[in-house]
Amino acid sequence: MAKVKANMGKASGAARTGDASALNGSAPLSHWLRREGSTFRGGVHPPEHKELTADKPIRRFPFANEFILPLAQHAGAPSEPVVREGQDVVRGEPLARPAGFVSVPIHSPATGRVSRIGLERVGTGAMGQAIVLRPYHGASQDVLYGAPLDIEALSPDALIQAVQNTGVVGLGGAAFPTHVKMKIPEGKAVDTIILNGCECEPYLTTDHRVMLEQIDSMLDGARIIQRAMGAERIIIGIESNKPDAIKALREAIPSDRPVTVEAVGTKYPQGAEKMLIAALLGREVPSGGLPVDCGVGVFNVATVAQIGELLPRQQGLIERVVTVTGPGVKRPGNYLMALGTPLRFVLEKVGLHEKVAEIIFGGPMMGPAVSSLDVPVTKGITGIVVLTENEVSTRDHPIYPCIRCSRCVEACPVHLNPSELGLLGRKGRYEEMVDDFHLMDCFECGSCTYVCPSNIPLVQYFRVAKGLVRERRSAK
Amino acid sequence: MHELLIAAGVMGGLGIILASVLAIANRVFYVYEDPRLDEVEEMLPATNCGACGHAGCRAFAEALVKGDDSPSKCTVSPPEMIEAIADYLGVDAGQQEKRVARLACAGGSHVARMRARYKGLQTCRAAHSVAGGGKGCAWGCLGLADCEVVCEFDAIHMDEHGLPVVDEDKCTACGDCVEICPRDLFSIHPKSHRLWVACMNLQRGEEAEAECEVACNACGRCALDAPPGVVTIEDNLAVVHYEYNRLTTPECIQRCPTGAIVWLDDKGRFIKGREARKILRKEPLPIVPD
Repeated sequence: MAKVKANMGKASGAARTGDASALNGSAPLSHWLRREGSTFRGGVHPPEHKELTADKPIRRFPFANEFILPLAQHAGAPSEPVVREGQDVVRGEPLARPAGFVSVPIHSPATGRVSRIGLERVGTGAMGQAIVLRPYHGASQDVLYGAPLDIEALSPDALIQAVQNTGVVGLGGAAFPTHVKMKIPEGKAVDTIILNGCECEPYLTTDHRVMLEQIDSMLDGARIIQRAMGAERIIIGIESNKPDAIKALREAIPSDRPVTVEAVGTKYPQGAEKMLIAALLGREVPSGGLPVDCGVGVFNVATVAQIGELLPRQQGLIERVVTVTGPGVKRPGNYLMALGTPLRFVLEKVGLHEKVAEIIFGGPMMGPAVSSLDVPVTKGITGIVVLTENEVSTRDHPIYPCIRCSRCVEACPVHLNPSELGLLGRKGRYEEMVDDFHLMDCFECGSCTYVCPSNIPLVQYFRVAKGLVRERRSAK
Repeated sequence: MHELLIAAGVMGGLGIILASVLAIANRVFYVYEDPRLDEVEEMLPATNCGACGHAGCRAFAEALVKGDDSPSKCTVSPPEMIEAIADYLGVDAGQQEKRVARLACAGGSHVARMRARYKGLQTCRAAHSVAGGGKGCAWGCLGLADCEVVCEFDAIHMDEHGLPVVDEDKCTACGDCVEICPRDLFSIHPKSHRLWVACMNLQRGEEAEAECEVACNACGRCALDAPPGVVTIEDNLAVVHYEYNRLTTPECIQRCPTGAIVWLDDKGRFIKGREARKILRKEPLPIVPD
């Protein structure tokens, strides 16, 4: 109990008792003390543009003629194929096995034949190893794979193994294997599970729709994770711009469950796990640390919903909800898409307006632009945003010198000094950026670049510096 | 008057005691330093480039004085200075062939296809992290001159097609370009390595050629024409095995249809085979989104 720290600085004494009552299931006192919509320091308010798809129910997307399944579509070691070229597979069958603990299997998104295994365009346009699958048009495409699993009988370690077998990774964009996050290191404990329903990136509405339409799976998944990690309570954190999701979840949760729904402020990057922990619990993740270091596990709501859906049937992750949106799209919507669907096929089906200038995987703040239409939809892709020449400037903007206005310093959610870091980055003094200015704490949210009046591509400097320093230090 | 004397006495006494402590420490903790060390360091170029494999010129001087290394390992000093250091230390200068940085790509803007326009920070590393910078070939040179900027010896300059050209006289094989290139296109080779594959593309033949007119399409003619084992095709790319370098001749490049495998002249310029496709185009290819 002592581990449950105070919520908001000044109200600490009272809040501690409040948390205790939260664990007993009654109305938490801290809930009344905490301002509705609390948030973190810093951040920005980009235009949301969520109205394009927010009220569009999830619809199944048609099957493509070919599915491309990159072996490295998650963070960690690439999977190893267990099928050969020409082999027939059924929907839901494993195609590749995990190569180690920080890795996941890949399951077949369709009944069909493996047409080749080799280099394909993956990610945002690079080349990488992938399994290419041609679905049978005559097949019923039912998931016949899998068997019931008695979750209550499993130990935490067995649950974690079962989660790895489902191939579920962080569906909020990072694609980090979920079972790795569930494994608590020796000597640490987790008291709170946070379900991340913020979805702070502009345009995206996948998590919003999942929270409205897959509530039961989400709560099942949350219970599985809670059991595996031994946490006492679950908090669902949702940005205040989704009142319908907050209302629906509050109504759906039985009062005897230690699950609360909290509204947090609408601000980018509220969905970053460190920012969400700060807003909900007032705890700070130590520099270079993980949420588990302050007793918290943070999971995206769609990830949790998939675990709740797949684990009781021992099935694999073969599809996900993707928001296809933006001013360049004729039929924007939230689509349940088979993994491996080529981007070209997606764009053909939703229809494009003329003058498309840029296509982004994920949200426009952090998502990378793609350079090829041959790349597939993978586990980590939350949305496809198509921008036209009206939104994307086609001429080159000059980079002006830093005028030390400190807007970036105010916007930085992790309290770095992007201005100073940018000047060092321009000079190529990367080691100093890391050693003296804590660059490795930057999670590249892009708030500094968004507010910079001099048009300095700060995040790009930071990415280059982080990449190079990491390379140098791993070479040593 | 009395107080003055006390103060002077105390200060003087302290001075004498501390001085004697210093004097004893100087004797007891004395570290012998070879006087030649400073001399040798003086003769080295003081670029601290690290090409010799030591952490800077001072560390290299220490290794030389100890006799752990030969003066010719320094790739920056002119031969006269190497000889001077060897004479001073009374050792053999050692035989060290001049080594230079070489680029495994010939896909300039006039032959390599661009799929998208990259608009961010104009450095290769930044472009590489954003969807590969829009270049069709996922292995090819991005042409934004990170290597030109990082080269301390002014040995790398971009040509009119956006490809870096190494001035082999100025190159000291320090390896800075090898480190900075996000696509690992540079490597350090002795000048005697004349047979060179100027391509890293691992795609199958026709796919590679669709991205770049001078890509290796893995036809295998060079492997057939070279003495056995000198050139092999691995992962759709010709690979030269330099342990058989003395067997290489310009003959094996002659039938290369794209000019991906080349013979290098004394200045390190690429000489293509007779049957290589002639590229007359000078202007960059247009950006064609797919």
